Amino acid sequence: MPDLHFGGAEPTVAERAAVDAVVADVGPAIVEMTERLVYAGRTRAVERRHLLLPALHALQRAAGWISPGGLDHACRVLEVPPAEAYGVATFYHLFTHEPPEAADVVHVCDDIACRPLGAVDLMADLRAAGHHVRPSPCLGQCERGPAVLVQRTGGDDLTVTSAGVAEVSVAIDRGTSTASVVLPQAGSTDLCLLARIGVVDPTSLDDYLAHGGYRALEAALAMGGDRVIEEVAASGLSGRGGAAFPTGVKWQAVADQLGRPRHMVCNADESEPGTFKDRVVMEGDPFSLIEAMTVAGTAIGAEQGWLYIRGEYPVTTARLANAIAAARSAGFLGDDVAGSGARFDILLRIGAGAYICGEETALFNSIEGYRGEPRNKPPFPTTHGLFGEPTAINNVETLVNVLPIMLDGGAAYTALGTERSSGTRLFCVSGRVNAPGIYEHEFGITLGGVIEAAGGVTDGTEVRSVLLGGAAGSFVGPDRLDLPLTLEDTREAGLSLGSGVVMVFGHEDDMVDTVRRIAEFFRDESCGQCVPCRVGTVRQEEVLVRLRRGATLDDERELLDDLGAVMRDASICGLGQTAAGAVRSALDLGLLEGAR
Amino acid sequence: MNGTPVGTPRPLVGITLDGKAVKVPEGSTILDACRREGVDTPTLCWAENLTPVNVCRVCVVEVEGSRVLVPSCSRPVEEGMVVGTDTERVRTSRRMVFELLASSVRMDRSDADVLDWMDHYGARPERMGARDEIATVAQPVKVQDDLYVRDYERCILCYKCVEACGDDAQHTYAIATAGRGFDAHISTEFDVTLPDSACVYCGNCIGVCPTGALVFKTEHDMREEGTWDESAQEVTTTVCGFCGVGCNLELHTQDDRIVKVTSPADHSVTHGHLCIKGRFGWQHAQS
Repeated sequence: MPDLHFGGAEPTVAERAAVDAVVADVGPAIVEMTERLVYAGRTRAVERRHLLLPALHALQRAAGWISPGGLDHACRVLEVPPAEAYGVATFYHLFTHEPPEAADVVHVCDDIACRPLGAVDLMADLRAAGHHVRPSPCLGQCERGPAVLVQRTGGDDLTVTSAGVAEVSVAIDRGTSTASVVLPQAGSTDLCLLARIGVVDPTSLDDYLAHGGYRALEAALAMGGDRVIEEVAASGLSGRGGAAFPTGVKWQAVADQLGRPRHMVCNADESEPGTFKDRVVMEGDPFSLIEAMTVAGTAIGAEQGWLYIRGEYPVTTARLANAIAAARSAGFLGDDVAGSGARFDILLRIGAGAYICGEETALFNSIEGYRGEPRNKPPFPTTHGLFGEPTAINNVETLVNVLPIMLDGGAAYTALGTERSSGTRLFCVSGRVNAPGIYEHEFGITLGGVIEAAGGVTDGTEVRSVLLGGAAGSFVGPDRLDLPLTLEDTREAGLSLGSGVVMVFGHEDDMVDTVRRIAEFFRDESCGQCVPCRVGTVRQEEVLVRLRRGATLDDERELLDDLGAVMRDASICGLGQTAAGAVRSALDLGLLEGAR
Repeated sequence: MNGTPVGTPRPLVGITLDGKAVKVPEGSTILDACRREGVDTPTLCWAENLTPVNVCRVCVVEVEGSRVLVPSCSRPVEEGMVVGTDTERVRTSRRMVFELLASSVRMDRSDADVLDWMDHYGARPERMGARDEIATVAQPVKVQDDLYVRDYERCILCYKCVEACGDDAQHTYAIATAGRGFDAHISTEFDVTLPDSACVYCGNCIGVCPTGALVFKTEHDMREEGTWDESAQEVTTTVCGFCGVGCNLELHTQDDRIVKVTSPADHSVTHGHLCIKGRFGWQHAQS
């Protein structure tokens, strides 16, 4: 291979087959000398580089690690420099670059929701039972912790929830994950986004059609792209990923990029600690997301859709893969979407353990086969997104809102919620409540109302604080229970709904340890690109460890303030900019007082 | 010596820089504007011969209307932009970037202006905690051949060496960033030695390193012996005689021995970059 240098390591038969299967649909790289002269050699390689992440997954699954021989083979086939591919492989938690110690790696969530449920003891017990255990950041199963992800060599990964040693062993023996969640509100007539969950068979396109599926796409195709975007704009729908950007504005900006290839990307990399709403939607009603992406893609003139899901959701991923395949064979995806003449198809891409890849530009880099490091903005994705081309990127919850807007019109949608926050919102309720789970409420419900709807606070507990919006959000005290949860009210209070996390803590919870775990999360999940976040998150965690060991808060306050300032003001992306937010709010609420 | 290319005249854009109305050519970055106006702006990861990666964040400035600070090295000016380069927020962030780096990395062999900036912004890295009680990038120095030394205890992860090895100059791609977060580091694939990697020993990574993490073996050895003395060095500019390209060489000599070879970053042929022959092929001159 011209220009690239390889070592002497050879792939095993299994590794070679795994990589070759990934590129089977694309064919081998053919680089003619004349082309190299014309394209300066790199263009052809770039066309295939987006297969690097799938190839690394294939190697990890086949051999239990990314071996030098396996990596070299992937690099030869995809024309990627080995040093760069190694840089990509070592970026992700779920890829290992040393020979495996065991065929199954048991990742145990020890994050803020699972910790109070005995996750730390569970790790010790699983180790004692002979499992190879690794602590994990939030696995997105917060309503039924402690959660475990079993990463298997040569087989499908497994999710085990409400896990004990016995449950994990049984799951591994049988090769089955815990069954999907039961929705607390299942069957309620008030539901808009969750109406089909628990009602429809999530594996059957026919059942989806029987429950009103694909009527929204039919309506959208009849309306045409311009009208679709008008209706979305009229609905007031805003992004549910945290930034609350108006969806109609985003779509219009991409649709305006005439003459350039455009992309529709669904961000399903839900990894914010305490967040599991997108998982519930995708597991319980996967076709709705595929349909919504198709509405979006055809409206903005994108022919390619990309669904990027976090690597810790094996059950969800299987449901989506099945839904995409079924939609494609029924003609809802492909060269002639539902007989409309429009082209749109979806590629499923699977993350590998990196919270930062939920940042939109990091997600693009991850898909493209680069390290998931965020890009500087501007330019924004609407003009320079995936592969540098115009891209509309939306979160799962945002997209499924489009279906009722297509069916009932944008104006009808505004009847839900408040004047400035239209629609409903999914809340991920966990912690000290009687019935944790996903709840759909209209904007405007109070924080206390959300907790009440989840069965109220567990007996004998008094609310000490609520983590609102996730690790990138803030702690609020019991004096905020009457806060109406709307974009405008939370903004005015200096808060954010973020990813809809409502995690309740009582007086029995160790708040200093919880806050320290949040700091540890940001330290572990920083991509390492910019100094404020790479070193700032480390120093912030060190302060919290010192506090836990008895240091005096007054001695550390100035440093915490300065760390917060530089991370918030000078980090490249939202991860660093919000990494001090929860710590700051805990400090203000006095949750860190009397650490010792 | 170097010709100044006369490009197409660019329209001027009016901005306010630290309260003063100035006009700068369209397409300039804020940093260009600062340099034009004589506003001293610290940089670590920026270099005139590399694409800006804006990762060090030490050049940040306050731009009216922007929620967060903005990296001046990569943000183009826009008509009417109001820029503050010496506000409280800017000074705090710059000081903190230096404190964060200097608390985790050995910075004492950095370029002189880096040390001056640290002093100017009042960086006190010691307040992060005693070095043996906080995380640092301390590690053994890598000496794997007769030409390069890689002392990653001095690496601030500015990405310059990766850029010079890759898209911005050499297109060799022998090194890349590996790992993540605080564990991110510059590495070959599986950390194989440079002789086993794609490295062609052009030395362009050394040429761009701002902190002395990547140095000529000659420099490393002399520093270890205590004989390295920049004040006793002379720089002689010449043209490389190995081929007909015409690369300018700057021979750094001490006691009549060549100790290091560089090329000016603004040279129209090399842009500061050389090949193994120009960079290291001088032993015969002093044999």
